Amino acid sequence: MTTADTVPAPAQRRRDASGVGQWGPPLALAALLVTAAYLGNAALGQRSFLLPQPHQVLEKLWDPTSAPEIWTALWRTTVVSLTGLAIAIVIGVTWAIIMNQARWAERALFPYAVMLQAIPILAITPLIGFWFGYDFTARVVVCVIIALFPMVSNTLFGLQSVDKSMRELFMLQGPSRSTVLAKLSMPAAMPAIFAGMRISAGLAVVGAIVGEFFFQRGTPGLGSLINKYSARLLSEELFASVLVASLLGVAIFLIFGWLGKRAVGKWYDFG
Amino acid sequence: MSTAPTTERASLLSFRDVAMAFPDGTVALHSVDLTVRRGEFVSVVGPSGCGKSTLLRIASGLENATEGDVGLATDRIGYVFQDPTLLPWRTTRRNVELLAELHGEGRTRRTASAQEAIDLVGLKGFEEHLPRQLSGGMRMRASLARSLTLNPEVFLFDEPFGALDEITRQRLNDELIRLFHEKQFAGLFITHSVAEAVYLSTRVVVMSGRPGTLVAEYDVPFDVPRDPEVRFSAEFAELVGTISHALREAH
Ligand SMILES: Nc1ncnc2c1ncn2[C@@H]1O[C@H](COP(=O)(O)OP(=O)(O)O)[C@@H](O)[C@H]1O
Ligand SMILES: [Mg+2]
Repeated sequence: MTTADTVPAPAQRRRDASGVGQWGPPLALAALLVTAAYLGNAALGQRSFLLPQPHQVLEKLWDPTSAPEIWTALWRTTVVSLTGLAIAIVIGVTWAIIMNQARWAERALFPYAVMLQAIPILAITPLIGFWFGYDFTARVVVCVIIALFPMVSNTLFGLQSVDKSMRELFMLQGPSRSTVLAKLSMPAAMPAIFAGMRISAGLAVVGAIVGEFFFQRGTPGLGSLINKYSARLLSEELFASVLVASLLGVAIFLIFGWLGKRAVGKWYDFG
Repeated sequence: MSTAPTTERASLLSFRDVAMAFPDGTVALHSVDLTVRRGEFVSVVGPSGCGKSTLLRIASGLENATEGDVGLATDRIGYVFQDPTLLPWRTTRRNVELLAELHGEGRTRRTASAQEAIDLVGLKGFEEHLPRQLSGGMRMRASLARSLTLNPEVFLFDEPFGALDEITRQRLNDELIRLFHEKQFAGLFITHSVAEAVYLSTRVVVMSGRPGTLVAEYDVPFDVPRDPEVRFSAEFAELVGTISHALREAH
């Protein structure tokens, strides 16, 4: 038997990610901002501490008086973020799977997911400190609360994205619920789950910093340092720690993007 | 072998006075009577929305008829949907293995049956390709292969080739006839192409507009396996003309 039907060319890659076209504009913008910082610093005169010179900020990252503190705090914040993220992933995916089991379960549980997202986190931090102590655990709890919603909603969306006829194909074989979940719904939901993880990862960093800002017991994280430096008007150290915190957020976002691509990129255009 | 007198063969699928009303009040089918025997390939043509898919869904048990009796003499049912419904994260081989896997068959057995089906539909060499790397025709072949692993006695097709270009469709028609000749299942095939219905089938039934019922029935006199040249014969054209006419009346 012949197979003369033509095979389509492999899907075109979106854009060459390493090309000059990709990196040129943002780098040019960065150069512009750095220049603007120097100009602003000069123009501010006596109040130049409001906008320190970029190289002075960078120096704080290896200056022996501030560097060890900042790098230790970065590690601390990373640990808090990833712990919070891991917990948010487990709870979020489980929550969505339960909602996916029955319409009534979804109706009962979804409002609480929305409520969770609507909670003004700053309003309940005192409560969290009160319940969980003012150190690591409380920081992680803030992280989980902030990072949970995208995991719940993305997983649910992914589980429900399964094509009707695909589901019927399974139904015709009389499988158990867990088989359908394991072989159809969960694999189909993976792209959405990874997209959710990427969003939640960024939020987990935010959560960790907010948590550290308020819960000062234990090893300081970047949030603790930001709090301290701003209170003492150490503007160069403040800028340095804000910079490190932002880079952590970006790094985590990129890592989870990469993970998603590795996990589902073969069959799904994970962008 | 020419079309054997169908009366001697065992009935594998039958509808007796079947009606279907959906909860929202839509009456999709009424008083449908149809029997499909082993070694018969019956095509259903009818205006869109007349209940053809519903007929197959009832036959397969996806839907329960609200009236009448549905007789199914086997639990080996193949169902080919309008889209290939392949799992995009699975290779051709793993997709074709799926049904056997869901039925709890061991790895060696399902690998063997999958390979046999893959060879049968001409996908040898594409076992490790993902669906996105296959053409539309090849995806449909994979879908066909997947059903074949069940070794179905009743084979249901819901406009499976509707989305394919004409050449690919004709090629798949030829292969389906060959499979039918080899396996002698009872086929129930939905299509909106009268020529395809006549070319594939031993019998063509015409359905009326909604609520659908069978209004005409035509035996197809050509031999199985079918000579592709039969498409260009006067007899073929005449039968297609007659059925098309009946179809227009049915609207
Ligand atoms: N679950 C359902 N609920 C209500 N109406 C339905 C449902 N499924 C199909 N229908 C209606 O029944 C009719 C027949 O549908 P279908 O069998 O899919 O038609 P065909 O396959 O012939 O185009 C259509 O009018 C369709 O809208
Ligand atoms: Mg249909």
